[in-house]
Amino acid sequence: MSTHVLTDTNVMLGRSMRHITRSLDTIITVTIMPIAFLLLFRYVFGGAIQTGAGNYTNYLMPGVLLIAIASGISYTGFRLFNDLQGGIFERFNSMPIARSSVLWGHVLTSIVSNALSCAVIVLIGLLIGFRSSAGVLAWLAVIGILLLFTLALTWIAVLAGLSASSPDGASAFSYPIVFLPFISSAFVPTDTMPTPVRVFAENQPVTSIVNSIRALLDQQPVGHDIWIALAWCAGITVVAYALAMRAYHRKIS
Amino acid sequence: MDDRTPAIRVHGLQKSYQDVAVLRGVDLEVARGSIFALLGSNGAGKTTTVRILATLLKADGGTAVVNGFDVAAEPQRVRESISLTGQFAAVDEILTGRENLVMIARLRRVDDPAKIADDLLDRFGLTDAAGRRVGTYSGGMRRRLDIAMSLIGDPPIIFLDEPTTGLDPQGRLEVWKVIENLAGGGTTVLLTTQYLDEAEKLADRIAILHEGAIIVSGTLAELRRLLPPAKVEYVERQPTLEEIFLAIVGDKKGPR
Repeated sequence: MSTHVLTDTNVMLGRSMRHITRSLDTIITVTIMPIAFLLLFRYVFGGAIQTGAGNYTNYLMPGVLLIAIASGISYTGFRLFNDLQGGIFERFNSMPIARSSVLWGHVLTSIVSNALSCAVIVLIGLLIGFRSSAGVLAWLAVIGILLLFTLALTWIAVLAGLSASSPDGASAFSYPIVFLPFISSAFVPTDTMPTPVRVFAENQPVTSIVNSIRALLDQQPVGHDIWIALAWCAGITVVAYALAMRAYHRKIS
Repeated sequence: MDDRTPAIRVHGLQKSYQDVAVLRGVDLEVARGSIFALLGSNGAGKTTTVRILATLLKADGGTAVVNGFDVAAEPQRVRESISLTGQFAAVDEILTGRENLVMIARLRRVDDPAKIADDLLDRFGLTDAAGRRVGTYSGGMRRRLDIAMSLIGDPPIIFLDEPTTGLDPQGRLEVWKVIENLAGGGTTVLLTTQYLDEAEKLADRIAILHEGAIIVSGTLAELRRLLPPAKVEYVERQPTLEEIFLAIVGDKKGPR
């Protein structure tokens, strides 16, 4: 049975990865758009933003990666919703396969595709002046945080895909998440924000995640930010996973 | 499996959604290798019955045994015995026709998925369209691909839930031919339809499902005998199944 889960999940992964590579819309939104943000902040706004740090490309890199992931997961919700609508979900569930592979195929696709778009964005970043002195361990920690963030948001996307009643609903949930980095320390320091905004910015998940990644890439001490970041990711994952599984079991009854 | 045991045996099947009883004790038996038509209007409970038999839905009461396996106790064995072609073509629109078939073949763990796919494409007249995305297919082509996907792994029992709904006459004829060939090859087919001529043309036995219960079941000839001769001009012609259906169901609004 366990080998079935792996081979079946692999078939499902191959299937939805094709959905991504054949959708220009997906590729533009998850890769080209974050790259446009990167260039926009680097070459248009960057000159006017005072961060106190030397290299602004380094400063904005973590935020751009989070935006890319947040827009990437909206398509996970959308793809899952389409499966449920089109009847292929029922076909899979009436076949002698490991049923969990249907959902895990989508989750894995989300992780693989977001990792790919993050890699492309980092490469573009290197071309326009992103530099990091971080060693292998720090990079592994950055990758780990990004994976946890992706996983947490993916389960939110699964929940949305399972419970939405329209294709718009299955992807629109991600807009507030895409917006969160703008009200955080991702592009400007939070000090200059009016108090209510600053309080929100400093206590929402993105700021602690951005600060941790930035510190790791810059070989600075991560302080307690990393624990807050990990707690957010773990907390969101647990809650979203539990709700998604409940919605899933209602679907397959 | 013993050839004389029925392919499908359903007894006292019940299902309610909230307070609405959709199935109120459905009984039916489908012989191996036959085409069985479940006939009924929209909302009669056809799809609910098929979804329970295909292990997609749990019944509230009664028993359903498919290929000798109880759907509630051994759902995985039931899934190994069946294929479902639901009301909406369950195909992946972004993949090509061939990729759809290869995907199902890999999930069913058959040997040489590529060859299986090519054979089915040929058999269903889809070879020319094999490399095109299914999103570009016509309704009839989609339905043929859908049924082709259901045949992979040679399941002994196939459920076809309203296989021709929404198809043009040409597409319907194509699907009818496919169903006749299936039964010719020994596959048991449980077909639901709201088209009376479809049941009349294809089915060995017909059951009429009305408001959640089978109100009559038998061969077409047996059903014909049910109509009181006084009500039809027997001398002139045989009653059509449509007339039988409407007389039994008591619905005068149906198509004439």
